[in-house]
Amino acid sequence: MSHSHDHTHDHGHDGAHAPHPALVVEDEAGNLEGQIIIDALQNILVRKNLLAPEEVTQEIEKIESPGVHLGAKIVARAWVDPAFKERLLANGKSAAAELGIKVGEAQLIVVENTEALHNLICCTLCSCYPRSILGQPPSWYISKAYRARAVREPRAILGEFGLDLPNDIELIVHDSNADMRYLVLPQRPAGTEGMSEAQLAELVTRDCMIGVAKVAPPAQGAS
Amino acid sequence: MKARFQAGDRVRVLHLGKTGHIRTPFYVRGRTGTVTELCGYFLNPEELAVGNTAGPVVPLYRVSFPQTELWPDYQGPAHDALSIEIYDHWLAAG
Repeated sequence: MSHSHDHTHDHGHDGAHAPHPALVVEDEAGNLEGQIIIDALQNILVRKNLLAPEEVTQEIEKIESPGVHLGAKIVARAWVDPAFKERLLANGKSAAAELGIKVGEAQLIVVENTEALHNLICCTLCSCYPRSILGQPPSWYISKAYRARAVREPRAILGEFGLDLPNDIELIVHDSNADMRYLVLPQRPAGTEGMSEAQLAELVTRDCMIGVAKVAPPAQGAS
Repeated sequence: MKARFQAGDRVRVLHLGKTGHIRTPFYVRGRTGTVTELCGYFLNPEELAVGNTAGPVVPLYRVSFPQTELWPDYQGPAHDALSIEIYDHWLAAG
């Protein structure tokens, strides 16, 4: 993980603006300032026998092992099992637990897309995201542009993702600013009637569960 | 602390002028919406952020605002809405 830091820190910024520091500061070699500080701290803790490198690796694995496949599994089950879907919409956390999926957040609110309603998830204040079932958020999700515009001009955002939402469809933006985390239950696409639950899960993408996309029908010729 | 509001109640978000780890974004302050759900009772993040984990827990509500209430120049249709969680002390009866 560690790398050498033989650079100097003369952050000129670009001009005299900058009333507050940039969110992410990188030097020419691509080193993140925060990473440099963390590496230094980790080296000290390891040298003083307060931390073993394996413990760091284990924590990273714990953070990075959840992924989109967990959310997709939940969605696919909801598509094939209406009773499960009802329980999921009533209590996301306990329904996920039925599938052996542990939701680490306080509560999981599952919002269902229908013919008349579309849901979009964002976090304007930081990067709240259902990490225990979708993994780490994509970089655009934590960008200031998405965070600001998702609440201000959500339909323009959707358009940029290639989703032109007709005006007769109601759009609800969920700003996950506090203790709840949100998951969009996308619509099951047409042409999937004969598919198994596992095949359905493969259709479900991260973007569909954030609400910036719809689930694409299976490619022609796919079984 | 007992929940003061229930689903269907009209509420207004206050300007509390607090600093620190505030979870009520500026764009909803002073706006009027409708409680859609009592989410439960949670430790106040403003207190948690400064190491006060003793509580008490406070009610947390999900509140829905018409987008046109938040943004007078909103470009989309009138039925579009924004849903957000607000802790009890940030709300007054609307």
